[in-house]
Amino acid sequence: MSKREVRSIGTAGWGRTAGAAAISLIYFFPVLFIILTAFKTRQDALAWPVKFFFTPTFDNFVSVFFRTTVEGGAAEATGFGLYFFNSVFIGGTSVLLALIIGTAAAYGFSRFPLRGNDTYLFMILTTRMMPPIIAIIPIFVLFRIFGLSGTYVGIIALYTAFNLPFSVWMVKSFFDDLDRDIEDAARMDGSGEWRVFKKICLPQVYAGLAATFVFAVILTWNEFVFALMLTSPETRTVPAQIVRTIGGSMGVDWGLMSALETLFIIPVVLVTFALQSQLLRGVTFGTIRR
Amino acid sequence: MSEAQTDIRLHNVTKRFADLLAVDAANLTVSAGEVVCLLGPSGCGKTTTLRMIAGLEFATDGDITIAGKRVNHLPARERNVAMAFQFYALYPSLTVEENLAYPLHAEKLSRSQIAERIARVAKVLELESVLKRRPHQLGEGEKQRVAVGRSIVRTPTCFLFDEPLSRLDIQLRQTMRTQIKEVLAQLDKPTVIVTHDQIEALTMADRIAVMRAGRIEQVASPHDLFSRPANLFVAGFIGTPQMNLLEAILLDATLSADGGTAANFHLLGENIAATVEGAVARLPAGSKVTLGARPRSFELVAPGTADTLHALVDLIEPMGAEMLLHLVEHGIDIRCVVPHTMRVTVGERVGVRCKPRQLHVFDEQGVLVQ
Repeated sequence: MSKREVRSIGTAGWGRTAGAAAISLIYFFPVLFIILTAFKTRQDALAWPVKFFFTPTFDNFVSVFFRTTVEGGAAEATGFGLYFFNSVFIGGTSVLLALIIGTAAAYGFSRFPLRGNDTYLFMILTTRMMPPIIAIIPIFVLFRIFGLSGTYVGIIALYTAFNLPFSVWMVKSFFDDLDRDIEDAARMDGSGEWRVFKKICLPQVYAGLAATFVFAVILTWNEFVFALMLTSPETRTVPAQIVRTIGGSMGVDWGLMSALETLFIIPVVLVTFALQSQLLRGVTFGTIRR
Repeated sequence: MSEAQTDIRLHNVTKRFADLLAVDAANLTVSAGEVVCLLGPSGCGKTTTLRMIAGLEFATDGDITIAGKRVNHLPARERNVAMAFQFYALYPSLTVEENLAYPLHAEKLSRSQIAERIARVAKVLELESVLKRRPHQLGEGEKQRVAVGRSIVRTPTCFLFDEPLSRLDIQLRQTMRTQIKEVLAQLDKPTVIVTHDQIEALTMADRIAVMRAGRIEQVASPHDLFSRPANLFVAGFIGTPQMNLLEAILLDATLSADGGTAANFHLLGENIAATVEGAVARLPAGSKVTLGARPRSFELVAPGTADTLHALVDLIEPMGAEMLLHLVEHGIDIRCVVPHTMRVTVGERVGVRCKPRQLHVFDEQGVLVQ
């Protein structure tokens, strides 16, 4: 399965293709609507009936980064460059950290089970059973006491902790599916445990790691509540800032909001597309005959 | 190194998994250049025995000695033992070439030395054209050869094979059997092969160790195993169609001048006289015994002939040049192989007689009387 087979419409049948297209359109319509609105002037955005044909403008995208906030004043930088950087930096770092720690833990749980292994695994899972919002006050207090509020270290540590349980469970399932004989063969061939892990096991779960990475990135990228509570203007992420952009003296600027959201969607789409083939293998891991 | 120092010795090797006794005091010696097959039904402990030699399982008790050194405490990677796995266990993320090179990393060889070794192995096993491929792009036979190649690319102290041919189709199996045999013959190292296929064991092994429920029942050459099975289990396990095992009463037995024993038995309601091997005369008259006769040891004779069993033909299975007759008498099934030219019909009553000296006598404990 080195290359995915691309079926032509003829093979799949026109009826099925049309059906798939219709369903896709229903799912994609809200996103499409946002993207369209991002290119509309304020009048077009508010027009009724909805305009699907209009003269596109890039003003909204410019406004994301520079706009006048005081009537009659000069355009100022909105700081969204920094917020996008923060989102990428905080999300990327915490997901990578969670993946590294999670992979190590998953390998341990899978290959060197302790007495009560399943209990530990279950405990890890229970940390995600409770809605995170319940913990927000203690976490807020903790962050205050340890001076972590508003710091990169604080929010990265928090997101890493959030992503860990899920990463451990998911990566463990990939390790569990591997053929143990292959590892035994490596041991027979003179490999120590570290080499078995690095040279033999790890390369076999790359697809799984990619899938875990994407899911964690999406979760972290969209996280709002903790970002709102625990970041400062310097470390604020995009979702926490979007909410501050909603208001304004002239009501909600839908064009601006849509432009923001469009920009916000792009990185996730890019990551998902880049890892698409790995993802497909990752989510179907173990379900296909090897 | 002398002959005695390059062998594998198992002395009272035992393996327990919690309550399960997987291997019970196994004793076995495999000398240099010798191929020993561990043969037995599923779950008899043969693979566990192999894995203990490999160092993938540790023996609960007993001594495992490889090349004169006790290795019980050594992990697999320090034993320098090569093993080919049942499902090949090729490294999926590496090419064939890298798979073959993998065992060499511990030897600290130069690039050219590694290339040379790989080239040699690839040539012997005809893998030159697939060196750049990955395992999932290979056929079953090629995978098998890579697995063998990976074990012979370095110079281990001994070779272990776990069900090496079980995944191949019949034709490929025969080719590979010869190929593996040829490769092993040149290496002059002790080799242990685990298999549940007796044809594989009979053709590849110098000696066969038959295992059942964790115990080694008999270690013997394929010929001896076939002609002198040590007990009822081995008798019933080796040989197709299966040996007939018939319960009988020993009436009397006397040593005859030519070294055989002339014995009279009562079985299936008839008294028959037969010449048998072994010290049957030491058993008291009236002993319960089990008589073992291979289906090919029987010949059909006219009913009423002296010393003949009589039975009804129940089923005829053609086997090409021969046919397998299922005979029934007193609710006991007797299997008998006769030439296909024989005229026999289902429902007919026939007389069968065992050819001289082809009857095995087992005592009440099921042990061969010898």
